[in-house]
Amino acid sequence: MTDTSLHRRLPDRLTTRTQRLLRSWEVLLLAVAVAIFTFNALASPYFLNVWNLSDATFNFTEKAMIAFAMALLIIAGEIDLSVAAIVALASTAMGYALQFGVGTPGLVAIGLGTGLACGAFNGFLVTRLGLASIVVTIGTMSLFRGISSIVLGDGAFNGYPASFAVFGQGYVWWVITVELAIFAVLAVVFGVLLHRTNFGRAVYAIGNNPTAALFSGVRVDRVRFILFLLTGLMAGLAAVCLTSRLGSTRPSIAMGMELEVVTMVVLGGVNILGGSGTIPGVVIAAFVMGLVTFGLGLLNVPGIVMSIFVGALLIGVIALPRLIGKLRA
Amino acid sequence: MTDVPVLALRGVTKTFPGVTALDGVHLSLFAGQVTALIGENGAGKSTLVKTLTGIYRPDGGSIEIDGVPVRFATAQDAGAAGITAIHQETVLFDELTVAENIYIGHAPRTRFGLIDTARMMREARSLLASIGATLDPATRLRDLGIASKHLVAIARALSIDARVVIMDEPTAALSQKEIEELYALVATLKAQGKAILFISHKFDEIFRIADRYTVFRDGQFVGDGLMADVDQDQLVQMMVGRSVDRVFPPRTHSPGAELLKVVGYCHPTEFADITFTLRQGEILGFYGLIGAGRSELMQALFGITKPSKGVCRIDDRISVIRSPADAIAAGIVYVPEDRGRQGAITALPIFQNVTLPSLRRTSRHGFLRMAEEFTLARTYTERLDLRAASLDQDVGNLSGGNQQKVVIAKWLATQPRVIILDEPTKGIDIGSKAAVHAFMAELAAAGLSVIMVSSEIPEVMGMSDRVIVMREGRMVAELAGAALTPQALVRHAAGIGADKTKVAA
Amino acid sequence: MTFLRSREAVLTGALLVLLALIATRFPGFIAPANLAAVFNDTAPLIILALGQMVVILTRCIDLSVAANLALCGMVAALLNVAFPGLPVVVIVAAVTALGAALGAVNGLLVWKVGIPPIVVTLGTLTIFRGVIFLISDGAWVNAHQMTDPFKALPRSALLGLPVMSWCAIAVIVGTAVLVWRTALGRSFYAVGGNPHAAVYTGIDVGRTQFTAFVLSGALAGLTGYLWVARYAVAYVDIAAGFELDVIAACVIGGIGIAGGIGSVGGAVLGALFLGVIKNALPVVDISPFWQMAISGAAIITAVILNSRTRRAKGRLILRQTEGHA
Repeated sequence: MTDTSLHRRLPDRLTTRTQRLLRSWEVLLLAVAVAIFTFNALASPYFLNVWNLSDATFNFTEKAMIAFAMALLIIAGEIDLSVAAIVALASTAMGYALQFGVGTPGLVAIGLGTGLACGAFNGFLVTRLGLASIVVTIGTMSLFRGISSIVLGDGAFNGYPASFAVFGQGYVWWVITVELAIFAVLAVVFGVLLHRTNFGRAVYAIGNNPTAALFSGVRVDRVRFILFLLTGLMAGLAAVCLTSRLGSTRPSIAMGMELEVVTMVVLGGVNILGGSGTIPGVVIAAFVMGLVTFGLGLLNVPGIVMSIFVGALLIGVIALPRLIGKLRA
Repeated sequence: MTDVPVLALRGVTKTFPGVTALDGVHLSLFAGQVTALIGENGAGKSTLVKTLTGIYRPDGGSIEIDGVPVRFATAQDAGAAGITAIHQETVLFDELTVAENIYIGHAPRTRFGLIDTARMMREARSLLASIGATLDPATRLRDLGIASKHLVAIARALSIDARVVIMDEPTAALSQKEIEELYALVATLKAQGKAILFISHKFDEIFRIADRYTVFRDGQFVGDGLMADVDQDQLVQMMVGRSVDRVFPPRTHSPGAELLKVVGYCHPTEFADITFTLRQGEILGFYGLIGAGRSELMQALFGITKPSKGVCRIDDRISVIRSPADAIAAGIVYVPEDRGRQGAITALPIFQNVTLPSLRRTSRHGFLRMAEEFTLARTYTERLDLRAASLDQDVGNLSGGNQQKVVIAKWLATQPRVIILDEPTKGIDIGSKAAVHAFMAELAAAGLSVIMVSSEIPEVMGMSDRVIVMREGRMVAELAGAALTPQALVRHAAGIGADKTKVAA
Repeated sequence: MTFLRSREAVLTGALLVLLALIATRFPGFIAPANLAAVFNDTAPLIILALGQMVVILTRCIDLSVAANLALCGMVAALLNVAFPGLPVVVIVAAVTALGAALGAVNGLLVWKVGIPPIVVTLGTLTIFRGVIFLISDGAWVNAHQMTDPFKALPRSALLGLPVMSWCAIAVIVGTAVLVWRTALGRSFYAVGGNPHAAVYTGIDVGRTQFTAFVLSGALAGLTGYLWVARYAVAYVDIAAGFELDVIAACVIGGIGIAGGIGSVGGAVLGALFLGVIKNALPVVDISPFWQMAISGAAIITAVILNSRTRRAKGRLILRQTEGHA
């Protein structure tokens, strides 16, 4: 460091917006998405059909709703593994209410309310009792799915009202499904929340150093609690959409979805250890996962084999930059 | 005196991308002697320790043991060569027992290759006895205090038959009594013929226990020699490259009206019956031994820990402070002692660190406004003469002194009434110390009330208008004017101030 | 005294209370033969929980154990079908080695590439399941395709206990010796307790974590054979979600998820606790659909209790005697 006593003006930034963008994870991911899209378009003549593409969005819209909230939670250094169980419990609650003749608005309120309540329970355990979120949510995952399983047994709830079908089967305009529209709106809402508000700044601060954030006057526990609430709410919303799309509630509903959601978030460039990540990254990751699933489906590759690609993608996309960095060093 | 050093570094260089941490440095350690390594923060001391213990591999130069060049590929190699380090925060394992901590990596084995627990316990017990420690080797480390952990670390050093013992600021977290015991141990190690490298910022202890010195500055070797041949001023001169007069800034303004009144603060385990007042523009010192409950009290005032009883009043408003956010709203801010953990968020850029507590002012309806943030951050960082490339730079890339500036800028940007500084100059170099002192005086002159927690008597004497002494969680004395003497501070802090006549004498 | 306050003691107490409660409804449950059957049924969970414990001790987590188990189980079944003459011991050795190799993949990605363990094993979990489908073509391997010796080994009795139980006992003893009496075992604790300090004591953190993954993988491989042979069926989804039971057993057993804390006794008791609940529900006439909710509640309770016992400790600055002075 040179010891100059001359008064210097500190520049705001040294890199331009474009420079930062070009080096970003999102651009790398976008390149992957374009490559997959091109490959799929060449591999199957059915791929570029707009109605097929529209159907393909169901592969990610419900998961992505949860992934947006999960991204914030993971950036803040927490995790919620109980989201799939919340989806199951919320769907079961709706199915149970259905038997008492509750109408569509009531069902939606019950689905969202169940999600909020589950999120509040997780948030209470983590922030009030000071427990580690990964173990707490492994516990509540069993608890929520367990309660759902007590109610459901090995049966199922069917016969949702026709008006309820709009969430998972309706179209807003042309090929744009209601779910896709919800996805798009949520992407903007969460993007603004994380990147353009005081709340979002607090999320980053907590994820990087919760102690220093607390010492800087950030209401750490309140922010964390709200994030668990949001995640629960989004799981409730996903339950409404999924139940509406399937038209039934079965014991296996949303089984294993928590891992797909976390995969989507991590693939989107969110650091699993907290502190960094963006919503645009998660949006692109959602499309990548949707495209891979859809493309392989067109090639008659069974779903379980697609998971090899998703798993390899997850590890590969994270390993590559690190390996390149190591080789350079 | 032998001529061949046990350990010698010749022209050792270590570079990191963009930085030369060590630039051709020399260092010689001799058997049965204590060598003090002296240098400001960033002089390359911690890099040197990591190089000696095999964590880093030097890019140039050589390390010699008994005059024979060696190469440490791993930390294990350095250990095998007889080099061991006792670190700033005693780095051991809380969940393992004392004996396991001493012998981890080289435990005695049975003939089946398993760890011989009985023999390990036996040997640990005799080893601890040899350094005068009465610890049960079967105790888990987490049940011990910091001083006992030091003893375990030293026992470990002895157990691997170390020839070179590196002590990196070993007294930083110890009380006066524990420091005395440590000095005695250093003498024992010396008598056993160990070569000791002693890293410390405290001149009094360097002069007390070191035989030789080596001075680094900005990663370069400046000089070495026998302690007997130098005085304090010469060492300081070598350290900073310029002479620094240890004069505290003049305090021209006298304190104004009463601003803060704290009444009856109590905590079930940490402190009790705390009542004091603070006036506008006053610097109030809090002196005491380490562990007297001063930081705990300050964190309660700032809303981190919750007192079980007590209120505080600012101006005429009675405030109940339940969280740091409440404290900031009431105009009280706290610059913590642990900068790395509690102060700066190192992975976020400078401007975001500065504006974090002030977002309410820079934002509109909860939405960020970047231009306002940069303006606010620039105003306060420039006032503190922050050295950085840009406001968008991560705080983690700054030096320790500049990180401290970011933390202080963050608090000044909230326009506080009361600023609490917890050990503001601990572990920072002499040049930065003077800057912090000057700045504190400036703040007080501008009407800000300052509470300064400090364990350094010259600092407390030189900066405070008034001093409160704490011992075992209670206020034991309030000193000002003629009553404020070093002797009075020490006696009250140590609990031997009951006899008034002796204090006066 | 220290034992009475330990996690193991609390768990033993809870387990005894649980057994006593079940006995009031159905005394036959605590007959030695039935308890042995419960232990045998819980053997896979115990084995995997011990492997997982070692991984968690080093501040990692292995979500891929159940998928590893399923893959190794499928390979064992396919080997048996393809080479009926192959001695069962060879198959066991082969799949244990395969499990270790799969664990090594996890370990290498953590050690050499530096990807967080939860991400690595999340990825390999899905990959392993996919590979099972590829090698089996999605088909089941049924009992009639397997040879009798292959199916018989886990059930064959030795000194009154099935081989499956002996496997669990051997793994318990082996893991206990490993973590208490070997340098490697202690370094698991060191790496998880204070990775920074571990480096200074000459322990290679990455290599130690790698070893933990290999061990966990090998145990999953062994369990893969035991599982497939005992239930005499292999398909893609066997033991689906079992990784969460394994982690639950560790959590109930007081293994600190942040690393460095935990004991063999805790992991075994945690697994037994879940095993007893699972086996007791049908006999006390509670629908098995309650099992998941109960184990969830047990996990949450265990986590809360563990955090209470660990907190409490703090420095006391105020001396109590002074208050009376």
